[in-house]
Amino acid sequence: MSIDSQKMPNSPLALEFKSSTFSVPVLVLCSEDLVVIEQQLKEKISLAPEFFRNSPLVLDMQEINKHGYDIDIAALTDIIHKAGLLPIGIRGGNIQQNKQALELLIPVYSIHSSSVSAETQKQKTITPTPEPTADIDTDVTTSTLITQPIRSGQRIYATGDLVILAQVSAGAEIMSEGNIHVYNTLRGRALAGVQGNTEARIFCFDLQAELISIAGNYKVSEDLDETVRNKPVQIYLQDQALIIKDIVQHH
Amino acid sequence: MARIIVVTSGKGGVGKTTTSAAIAMGLAKKGHKTAVIDFDVGLRNLDLIMGCERRVVYDFVNVINGEATLNQALIRDKNCNLLYILPASQTRDKDALSQEGVGKVLDELKKDFKYIVCDSPAGIEKGAHLAMYFADDAFVVTNPEVSSVRDSDRMLGILASKSRRAVDNEEPIKEYLLLTRYSPERVKLGEMLSVDDVQDILSLHLLGVIPESKSVLNASNSGTPVILDEKSDAGQAYADIVARYLGENRPHRFIDDKKGFFRNLFGSK
Repeated sequence: MSIDSQKMPNSPLALEFKSSTFSVPVLVLCSEDLVVIEQQLKEKISLAPEFFRNSPLVLDMQEINKHGYDIDIAALTDIIHKAGLLPIGIRGGNIQQNKQALELLIPVYSIHSSSVSAETQKQKTITPTPEPTADIDTDVTTSTLITQPIRSGQRIYATGDLVILAQVSAGAEIMSEGNIHVYNTLRGRALAGVQGNTEARIFCFDLQAELISIAGNYKVSEDLDETVRNKPVQIYLQDQALIIKDIVQHH
Repeated sequence: MARIIVVTSGKGGVGKTTTSAAIAMGLAKKGHKTAVIDFDVGLRNLDLIMGCERRVVYDFVNVINGEATLNQALIRDKNCNLLYILPASQTRDKDALSQEGVGKVLDELKKDFKYIVCDSPAGIEKGAHLAMYFADDAFVVTNPEVSSVRDSDRMLGILASKSRRAVDNEEPIKEYLLLTRYSPERVKLGEMLSVDDVQDILSLHLLGVIPESKSVLNASNSGTPVILDEKSDAGQAYADIVARYLGENRPHRFIDDKKGFFRNLFGSK
């Protein structure tokens, strides 16, 4: 964490605060047994001693506290120091652990503040299901393209974005964990962000849908305003309300 | 290569059997050896429309069960010697049909016939499923009203996903729209969906429009396919449909009011 040193004696500006993002290893602890921790830590480091030498480290206490384990932060820090690592933060600790850490001059991060946890959080908003994140990652990037009409009674489910070039008939149901694009008339039911992605949107060329839904917030045909019907629109979620807007922005 | 045509709709009473009888007769009259099969086991009607009900000995189920040969069950039409009818069984139900059995019968027919017309029962259950399963072409019969259009749409979805061609990932079934019982006067009054309305919903190639006509009822009652009534509008409409199916370029009639000019729909979607 180096702050740019300004070596200009004449300059009145002696320092400057900047925001920067670092990739820091996180040590997720799953046991309260310090002997086991020390032993396994040594084994891990012996695999790549150069990589771990004087490496900064953030301690993650979430697993430990999930199981209600108790651990002495001072003793733990000792073990980590001995292994040649430099703890620079703690996250997911309880009040007691956080207090102990601060006494040892180790900053406390909230779960969502560090870059690493921000990333996990982002994935969680995409799919708040307990599926492995790696799978979700690949799924989100896949999009499904359909060129044939979706007829009454047919159901389509896409794990990523769903792009349909033909019409979607009344009585058909299209669902996607991501966005839905219909470059034709949408008469059936369209449900985007079905796994809870509130950022998902529906785009269609001609809105005549029976039902539209984003992340479970829905509107039936009867609730659709006449001003958006039979028009090219985009539909998105804002403060839990479905917003339907002309896709062409008029100024 | 023989082609299997299914005449289907989803909804009942829209004119599937009338259409099956008419186009089978039309194809045979054009010189193609044609068989027409009644898939409506338990509610057989095709033999009545074709006027051969008094000559039925064996039926489709007998052939599937090996109780009769195909040649024993096929009835030659009295008006056209290139047309044969395979009647349904009236005493059985749809469960008497099996996919394997139907496939075998169709394979055998394909050796000898140019066109095999399958008259589907209404609904989307087993009988309708088997009628469309082996098809190469589908004539989707629709009345110009919303429930019929919706049911046709449902059937199109089934053709696109559950047919043999769909399951085997082959070239999809060719789908054609036949709009029956059409009345331009009532469309004008706003009592009926127009051709454009229906096409907008189904986006399907329109093979032809059959006008609402007394001649259809007369033909059914007398047991002669309406296409043989060459003076009638419905008969001419079916003749046009057969010609278009075989590749002829004929303008659409019967879409506009009789007093109006013929409107050529070619080029429109």
